[in-house]
Amino acid sequence: MLNISTFLSFSIKDTVDLSKFPADRIRNFCIIAHIDHGKSTLADRLLEITGAIAKTEKNKQVLDKLQVERERGITVKAQTASLFYSHQGEQHLLNLIDTPGHVDFSYEVSRSISACQGVLLIIDANQGIQAQTVANFYLAFEAQLTIIPVINKIDLKNADPERVESQIEKVFDIPREECIRLNLEQMLRRFCKRLPVASTEDPFKALVFDSNFDHYRGVVANIAVFGGRVRKGDKIVSAHLGKTYEVNELGLLRPDEHPTQKLFAGQVGYIIAGMKDVKEAQIGDTLYLQDQPVEALPGFKPAKAMVFAGMYPMDQSEYPGLRSAIERLTLNDSSVTVQRDSSLALGAGWRLGFLGLLHMEVFNQRLEQEYNASVIVTAPTVPYKAVLSSAKLIKNRRAVQKNMVYIDDQRVMMKYLFPLNEIVVDFYDLLKSLSSGYASFDYENAGYQAADLIKMDILLNGRPVEELTTVVHRQRAYSTGKAMCERLKDSIPRQMFEIAVQAAIGSKVIARETIKAYRKNVLAKCYGGDITRKMKLLKKQAEGKKKMRRIGNVEVPKDAFISVLKRKEK
Amino acid sequence: MFKLTCRAAGRVLSPGLRCFSRGVTEDASEWAQSPHLTEQASLYVHWPYCLRRCSYCNFNKYIPKKNNDHIMTKCLQWETDTLLQLSQVACITSVFFGGGTPSLTHPSTIAAILETLSKRVRLSDEAEITLEVNPTPSGMSKLDDFVRAGVNRFSIGIQSLQDEDLKSLGRDHSSQEALKTIEEARRLCPGRVSVDVMFGRPKQTVESWEKELSELLRVCDDHVSLYQLTLERGTQLFKQVQCGEVTVPAEDVTAEMYQCARKTLQQHGFLQYEVSNFARHNSVSHHNMSYWRGKQYIGVGPGAHGRFVPLGEGGVFREARTQTLEPDVWIREVQQRGHGTRRRIQLSHLELLQEVLVMGMRMTRGISHKHWELFSPEMGLHDIFGASMDDQELVQSGQLILDDRGLCCSWDGLALLDSILPTLLVELERHFLQRPHRDHSVFTDGQTKTTSSPQ
Repeated sequence: MLNISTFLSFSIKDTVDLSKFPADRIRNFCIIAHIDHGKSTLADRLLEITGAIAKTEKNKQVLDKLQVERERGITVKAQTASLFYSHQGEQHLLNLIDTPGHVDFSYEVSRSISACQGVLLIIDANQGIQAQTVANFYLAFEAQLTIIPVINKIDLKNADPERVESQIEKVFDIPREECIRLNLEQMLRRFCKRLPVASTEDPFKALVFDSNFDHYRGVVANIAVFGGRVRKGDKIVSAHLGKTYEVNELGLLRPDEHPTQKLFAGQVGYIIAGMKDVKEAQIGDTLYLQDQPVEALPGFKPAKAMVFAGMYPMDQSEYPGLRSAIERLTLNDSSVTVQRDSSLALGAGWRLGFLGLLHMEVFNQRLEQEYNASVIVTAPTVPYKAVLSSAKLIKNRRAVQKNMVYIDDQRVMMKYLFPLNEIVVDFYDLLKSLSSGYASFDYENAGYQAADLIKMDILLNGRPVEELTTVVHRQRAYSTGKAMCERLKDSIPRQMFEIAVQAAIGSKVIARETIKAYRKNVLAKCYGGDITRKMKLLKKQAEGKKKMRRIGNVEVPKDAFISVLKRKEK
Repeated sequence: MFKLTCRAAGRVLSPGLRCFSRGVTEDASEWAQSPHLTEQASLYVHWPYCLRRCSYCNFNKYIPKKNNDHIMTKCLQWETDTLLQLSQVACITSVFFGGGTPSLTHPSTIAAILETLSKRVRLSDEAEITLEVNPTPSGMSKLDDFVRAGVNRFSIGIQSLQDEDLKSLGRDHSSQEALKTIEEARRLCPGRVSVDVMFGRPKQTVESWEKELSELLRVCDDHVSLYQLTLERGTQLFKQVQCGEVTVPAEDVTAEMYQCARKTLQQHGFLQYEVSNFARHNSVSHHNMSYWRGKQYIGVGPGAHGRFVPLGEGGVFREARTQTLEPDVWIREVQQRGHGTRRRIQLSHLELLQEVLVMGMRMTRGISHKHWELFSPEMGLHDIFGASMDDQELVQSGQLILDDRGLCCSWDGLALLDSILPTLLVELERHFLQRPHRDHSVFTDGQTKTTSSPQ
């Protein structure tokens, strides 16, 4: 991971005298946008212009600290940075929170928004309003924040800021005059002028909107101070647990942790108070001083997992290591739900819930990159509730149209009710490819509805493969079963005997593929010269054999599960 | 005649020493008597040049721009001498001239190398000295001289008896020429001529293969090597198959070709003694047998491989050695430092056992307890493979045989060896890592030596 501090240059060295910043000169804001509309780049420029970081070519996605973020060019984890900006001769403290754009991470967005008074709503001048622009706008709107629309990428060839402005006017009811065509100075000025001022002189009251786990210092909670002040040594209480802690360290994030003596109303910063477990720093919790109890802030709705996956260690001996890796990572990403699970073939493992497929992939990648853990991921499934009476199909898997609004003459917004498992799998990819990338998509959970679902088993030579058991819609059982059998056939290597790959509902087999036995598998020539190459190949196979799962007498490579469960159409 | 006398004279320097007795079946007692593993080796000499490129071949071969046979000969002699000295072997049990096309060389090259050899170590009169031959008229015309130079066994690459196939494979001979060459070779070395044939060729069917095989059996001597055509990356044939220009028989078809050849050859008195090798009247290739039995070998010439302990520089571990591939570079290196060894990798005891296992299981008789004990005195075959579930399954399904004689594949199992070996290798490694460790004692090639720090 890139060490950001190597090219950070602070406008104020060492100690930040925060008494210079009374609450009326502090502004908390975040940047929200549809994915790829340029949030992180804009954040970089803001950091540069306010002197938080030096201007260099290297400043790309400075706030994206995770390796996975840099590799994929996306923001996964909301990051925070404090900026200093001089407005009308007075230094202002601007707390910037960079948020993820992808729909999977909207939980992070809503958390960030709660710590702010205003948002920059970034819209690409070329693409105009997209699904997550709308979703994020409503998050901010409902939180009653000041919204400043910023049109980005205006120098691109097909940029059409006028059209975007009229879209903004039409969809969000924000007058076009209020739109800013990317101009940093103008944006910062607008901030200092428009954003409401945090309340002050109250007892200390802060919202925990994020938390991290540091191996040496314990839990680091990111807080937004809504009232009063807190300093090192203060005794604070968690409203949620009622537990008391002593503040060991606190400070600003700009974007690295920058220790200070106190934090004041309106500020956003971090606090370390001897919490050993991230569960103690519950996101949405309210912190207050021991002797000055306050009414708790409304907090957050817990994140609702939309996609589930089984995760198992490659080898059971790796279980304890993987457990601690998952624990640590979930400390850092509390939107992941964890339940212990076990499978005959894969041993002990977990069933994890994610906000979406990208979220799952990113989590998996972070496990590999940050904790050097390798896991087997089984089918992402969505939650179902079993109903004892005969289940009824509402409508043949088709979505129900709810409404349709024309954003302008080129864009239309449609709302549908979908069964969740129709969209978590490949809907988004399909939509993108059908519309040549123009269509965008967002979703929210509309609750449980009855459907005609059945349990389907996959059998290898008559033995069920537990981790491949799936719940499918009755009408899709055949096609899903057939596709799974075909993929298994392609990913299980031929063996010394014939293998029957079957999909079954109860005792009824609905699909079958056969993997023929090897009849000859021996290298014809093997003399002195060939042997090094031959040995290498055999040793690789022997290594691979150790990693095989045995279902009865059939050896199944772990990749086979993944390739069956990966829902890529051939 | 003069040359033959010369060479014989050279060997007289070490009279009466026969390191390798003639005869196919060396029983276990011979192992017990066999000299120490590091005292002998076989020698492979690589001639890197070919006249043309066969469409299927990915071997280390070059089409020479100019004739530098003379320099090549000198360098092969030089490297032979250097490596023999390094290995400190007292006896060379067999010599194999392979390539490339070694039958393109002048017979004097062969004589010169054998002479170099005889000056340094013992080479029994009876030692098997094989030359690979391309059955072209010019190759055939030299067979006589090759014998005079010391060659006593020919391995003839006829590949096919179908002229059309020979052309499409890029061979430089016809089936007629092949038959004549076999005849001439048999006249010169009766009972010591091998033929190489290839199956799984483009357009080949099981029927046409059977016909070809029976035709071959009418003319061949006592040794047949059968190879399945393998598509190697970078060859012309590979490209042709990739782009759909040429199709090769499916896996099931080649499997049937293999099984039918095994049966046919057996009916004609040929005993299969290895995956691809068949012999009657005890005419097995001693040189190749020594590879499969895990013995030492020295590789000389561009790209040649070797496996030996460099006792000459105080080595105690067997090394996997590879010579520089490219002939011109190899020549320069030999001229500069007496050899062109490009890579040396020390084999650990486990790696040595892995090679012994992989090579040994290729033989129909597999690995005897005595043979294994030579390399693994502490852990017997029963200890390693007797208790494992996976191995038991192989035994029960009739692929593998573990009994008083040793470990070997069944008739059916041999065709599936590459599926069996990974299971055996996993078991071997598991036992090897679990065995009680004895400090400071390192097993080296058939004996236990005490060293404080392995190199």
